[in-house]
Amino acid sequence: MNTPADNLVTASAAEIAAAVSSGDVTARGVIDATLARIGDVNPTVNAFTDVLAARARAKANAIDGSRGKGQGPLAGVPFAVKNLIDVAGIPTRAGSKINRENPPPSRDAALVRRLEAAGAVLVGALNMGEYAYDFTGENVHDGPSRNPHAIDHMTGGSSGGSGAAVAAGLVPLALGSDTNGSIRVPSALCGVFGLKPTFGRLSRTGSFPFVSSLDHLGPLARSVGDLALAYDAMQGPDAEDPVASERDPEPVTPMLETGCRDLRIAVAGGYFARQAETEALEAVAMAAKALGARRTVEIPEAARARAAAYVITAAEGAALHLDRLRLRARDFDPAVRDRLIAGATIPALWVIQAQRFRRWFHGKMMALFEEVDVILAPATPCRAPRIGQVDFTLDGTAMPIRPNMGIFTQPISFIGLPVVAAPVWPDGGLPLGVQIIAAPWHEDRALRVARALEQAGIARAPVAALGESARQAGPVFAPRRDLAHSRRG
Amino acid sequence: MTEPLRNPTDDERETALDAAIALHGLTADPAWREAILAHMKVIGGAARLVREFPLGDELDPAPVFRP
Repeated sequence: MNTPADNLVTASAAEIAAAVSSGDVTARGVIDATLARIGDVNPTVNAFTDVLAARARAKANAIDGSRGKGQGPLAGVPFAVKNLIDVAGIPTRAGSKINRENPPPSRDAALVRRLEAAGAVLVGALNMGEYAYDFTGENVHDGPSRNPHAIDHMTGGSSGGSGAAVAAGLVPLALGSDTNGSIRVPSALCGVFGLKPTFGRLSRTGSFPFVSSLDHLGPLARSVGDLALAYDAMQGPDAEDPVASERDPEPVTPMLETGCRDLRIAVAGGYFARQAETEALEAVAMAAKALGARRTVEIPEAARARAAAYVITAAEGAALHLDRLRLRARDFDPAVRDRLIAGATIPALWVIQAQRFRRWFHGKMMALFEEVDVILAPATPCRAPRIGQVDFTLDGTAMPIRPNMGIFTQPISFIGLPVVAAPVWPDGGLPLGVQIIAAPWHEDRALRVARALEQAGIARAPVAALGESARQAGPVFAPRRDLAHSRRG
Repeated sequence: MTEPLRNPTDDERETALDAAIALHGLTADPAWREAILAHMKVIGGAARLVREFPLGDELDPAPVFRP
């Protein structure tokens, strides 16, 4: 097993926590090495917008000082959060120029507090598409986050910095948000695992919203076990979040190794097979074959579900930003501003009809989940486009990338289903993602299937072998640097 | 109820945009209009897909609210 003392770049959150808890390394050693790595590599991938060195070192020192008193399941694990998630003392910029002028919040978001209560250490905030209205990972104010597996390619958005930070080995764990696919798209394009839980499962308290009726928060990581550890640490009711579930935590970590032979797994056909490039479908086929999933199911009216989510998003987004559009229109990213202004023209009845369709679609999907437990579908229609690319062609039709990279994720989050995005590498090229979709409140099933794919070697999330420019920027972790802080060194 | 819906014309979208700008007190630089109108066309197409689907009168909207 790799331990942090062997190689902090590839160590998982679980390995780091085990090594810190056992005293093989100190939390301070982990955090110093992490900060050095961020300093070396972040200029290449542009994942971080804020690095919190002093805070992280103080927290690490506190963890080391509490040795023997129960350090938590994530002891010493560095993590970072999309910069729409509140961090006490720094403005919650939400990818925007406008919001970074706001006073900093006085306390951390609920999920940050829960992860730190489990021993994790926040090291910074991450780049994102402005106001989360984005599938590219590009940002006109902070520059694009760059795909660590090919730095001239997109990370995907809007949690692009989260995908880049995990794939580049800067942190083993990051938080993102997903309204229409913003965890699953960057997970797919950056080759990491991502979990969009059931709508309402994880608290959104202390995060800047986008579309209240569709917003989710969730983790990205390089292993299914780490996703589960983080997810378990963050579950639980939150009276401050009006949409948070009152369900007690339902830990999934103990269930991960139970396999998935009892699950009825099918592949989404129709809409999900028509608009994807061959490699995206090949990734799904590889997963299905490994799982022995031979059945194909039709997700009913998926195109209409996506359309309804599109309308609701445009209208709610415009409503949220109306005053900023009125007073500060020139300070927006133009690509976001123009979509939001278009959203301000939507008649109310279109939105209400979309919400009524949402009820219909939910009913049909619940009926489908009487027949199957898990559905596989591509996460994106193609691999990561190049940064700056504006259009692509799907099913013979040219269309803009920014709104359309999420054609396969949008119908699923529309009704809040839990999904794991699992990274699959069908050939020597960039990764693609497979959505593992389960019925509401059955994150465990999606994670068990993802774990089975990971064990079969079909899904994997290696730390990117960064190119020459990154290597010149700084070395990968040397064990000695960490051992200098080892309690046993 | 089975009459197919038509998409708004370019002129109708222009009119709707001007109305929204006036109603909401927005400013929209003339240089922005082409992109805004293009987004309106896409949104209108999505809304048409939804509106064309027959829904029973009994279906409640499904935004999230718990009293």
